[in-house]
Amino acid sequence: MSVAEGVVARAGVRIDVPRIFGIASIGLGLLAFWVALPPLTTRSAAVPVALGAAGIAAGLWAWRQGKTRLGWTGVCIALLGIVGGVFATRAAVGNLEVVITWSSLTAATLRFATPLTFAAIGGLFSERSGVVNIGLEGMMLMGAFFGVYGADRTGSWVGGILIGMAAGAAMALVHAFFSIQLRSDQIVSGTAINFLALGITGYIYIDTYGNEGTPGDLPQVPDVNLGWLGSIPPKGLGNFLEGAFGQLNLLIWLALATVVLAYIVIFRTAIGLRIRAVGEHPRAADTVGISVYATRYAAVTVSGALAALGGVYLSLGFVHSFTENMTVGKGFIALAALIFGKWRPFGVLGAALLFGFASAVAPRLENVEDWASYSTLFSALPYVLTLIAVAGVIGRSIPPAAIGRPYEKQ
Amino acid sequence: MSTGGGLLPPELPEEAAPSLAARFELYQRAGGIITPLLTAALAFLIGGLVILFTTGKSPLSTYKAIFDGTGLNWFFPWVQGSEPGGERFNAALNLQQTLIVTTTLILVGLAVAFAFRCGLFNIGGQGQYIAGMVAAVQVGIWIPDSPHVPHMVLAAGAGALAGAVWGGIAGILKATVGAHEVISTIMLNWTALWVGTYLVGFGGPLQDPAQESVPTTKAVAESAKLNVWWGDPVLQGLHIGFFVAIAALVVFWLVLNRTTLGYEVRAVGFNPEAARYGGISVGRNFFLAMAISGAFAGLAGGVDILGWLFRVDQTSVQVSSQVAFIGIAVALLGRNTPLGIFFSALLFGALLQGTSTRNLDPEVFPPELAGNLTLIIQGLVVLFVGADVLILYLWRTRLKLRRKPPPEVVAQP
Repeated sequence: MSVAEGVVARAGVRIDVPRIFGIASIGLGLLAFWVALPPLTTRSAAVPVALGAAGIAAGLWAWRQGKTRLGWTGVCIALLGIVGGVFATRAAVGNLEVVITWSSLTAATLRFATPLTFAAIGGLFSERSGVVNIGLEGMMLMGAFFGVYGADRTGSWVGGILIGMAAGAAMALVHAFFSIQLRSDQIVSGTAINFLALGITGYIYIDTYGNEGTPGDLPQVPDVNLGWLGSIPPKGLGNFLEGAFGQLNLLIWLALATVVLAYIVIFRTAIGLRIRAVGEHPRAADTVGISVYATRYAAVTVSGALAALGGVYLSLGFVHSFTENMTVGKGFIALAALIFGKWRPFGVLGAALLFGFASAVAPRLENVEDWASYSTLFSALPYVLTLIAVAGVIGRSIPPAAIGRPYEKQ
Repeated sequence: MSTGGGLLPPELPEEAAPSLAARFELYQRAGGIITPLLTAALAFLIGGLVILFTTGKSPLSTYKAIFDGTGLNWFFPWVQGSEPGGERFNAALNLQQTLIVTTTLILVGLAVAFAFRCGLFNIGGQGQYIAGMVAAVQVGIWIPDSPHVPHMVLAAGAGALAGAVWGGIAGILKATVGAHEVISTIMLNWTALWVGTYLVGFGGPLQDPAQESVPTTKAVAESAKLNVWWGDPVLQGLHIGFFVAIAALVVFWLVLNRTTLGYEVRAVGFNPEAARYGGISVGRNFFLAMAISGAFAGLAGGVDILGWLFRVDQTSVQVSSQVAFIGIAVALLGRNTPLGIFFSALLFGALLQGTSTRNLDPEVFPPELAGNLTLIIQGLVVLFVGADVLILYLWRTRLKLRRKPPPEVVAQP
């Protein structure tokens, strides 16, 4: 080890060997599961067990070398990989092929992850500035309804997006006014937002569209056609790329761009530094001349607009209609993704993709008779994982220091 | 948190915001019973404006129609006609329904209020309610021919216990690793919702084997059903769960005000640091408060199953369980006191019943709109109740205006 370190030090490159082993253990764990799935569908249980065992060994070594958390994570994933892999080798190949078609599964994962990503990135702005946003669900619902309403009235999807985002931002302003200005409890205020949004959208929906539902000829957010992806050699890869990314909605690409943008804004600009300072230590931020109230107002409003954009995607980009309470808890999954992703943009994206994957697999399980009843259990997965994450078993999530505390000017 | 945590020194302890219970104390001093009344009145006023501006109908006649649907007019001596179909007879039927909902709301309100008094926000009533429903229905089915009273008590007790376990998980997480109870209870809500959906759904372990095409459990045995003491059991009369809820209000008051446990819970709620310094185990009280809260919500689920739902289906898991969220509004408006919770549960119970499709006259106001109006009023109540500073501010201004002598210009030497 010391020799290796010496070599590394002399070469001038920092290679963290235990870290590599930790990551390798995660990779081996995933591989142990993957080999038993299509297209390989290994039939022998020995292969996943061997790969998983190697993963456990690598994880344990990383753990011994001081990478406690990473090592632990690796061991857990490798164990899950063995369990999943062995089960998959027992399952009928036909059933596996019904559930897992990688290209369409990837596309579905992205579709399900998009509303979560928008809302969770929105929540990231709000919570990084120290304001808890339980009201994401309500703001999303506002976007979903007013997106449809706006598109219907203006006759264009751009109008829908703008009006939807404005409605979400307006709801966020209410939350901001009560939790920042009046210093009411942020969770109480967020809960109120959820009730209000449910009532307001339901009321106007019934009042405007009645029993007929939203019109069928709503302007839709267009898809981005990337047919040329299919011509990328080799043939298998090209087919996969075309199936997965060839026909995605514009808003899906926008969601991915939003993550990058959020990372740049939060961690690479003065605005982001201010938001984080206000969320970690408002008194200090105030002392150096940052307006705590203005920063929080702006951050909460942005969170409402982004959460609403997630809702707009849901209604205008995905389902092409609005029904009462159509978000059914997606705002709360977004909140879970925010916590699971540890209040970091790329972490949030990863969590949203994981939860999106769970949502994408669940309906596919229903196509296999023996597994149909498990599809609802699969829907519980995001929440259980988040519970485990907040419990600190795998990489504890620590919120911004001043979160949930109203700031009183002196 | 290498990017944020190490950025600045930690906040000084004295800058910490007051705990929920301390805020509640402040709120209590801000104007007794008047502020919740004002809050509710304001919410109804805004609701009335919504009616006026969106439909052009008279808010007064709409509220009157909603009131008539609640059956509360039964208390007016001038309402006559006790024969079937008479006005008084119908009012009694409606009032029974209102009180059935009130029963549930009292219990889920207590579930929020008890945790509040320990400085915790139990937003997980829904999950605890689902756990209670599932446990109660199981015990209700399992022992088919058993003595009535023990079976009833056992089934309702199983509901409370399941709720306590589900709430206790959040309590343990808070006590041991400091996980915020709001986050963990939200996650537990949705976990319970999907696991419950799985259990009673197609091919689920609890689904009734006799009807494979319906996602529901079997009905509870006759011996486990709660007695109906007012009205016709066939027409869903009022069951004795109402008295269970009243008893729960008394227990809530006794535990908080007359036991060591209640003293400790309140002490932790006021100031966890001071309580710790005084030798109280904060973690233990976090756990107990969440478990007791969960028991109230679980009991609500149990009582609903044994009293009038009789079986758990996917709708009751996913939709009926949302009644637990109204518990937040009930507890906040009732200021976490037993009497307050009773009256606010009655208010929200009446509002829910009065705006239901069955009870609201569609000639006066469309019930689908009224249901959403209920949600708006509920949201406004929670929003305003949460803004204690606003109410304090208004209150103080009012006092100042009253006390202040007319301004005099005093000449400075």
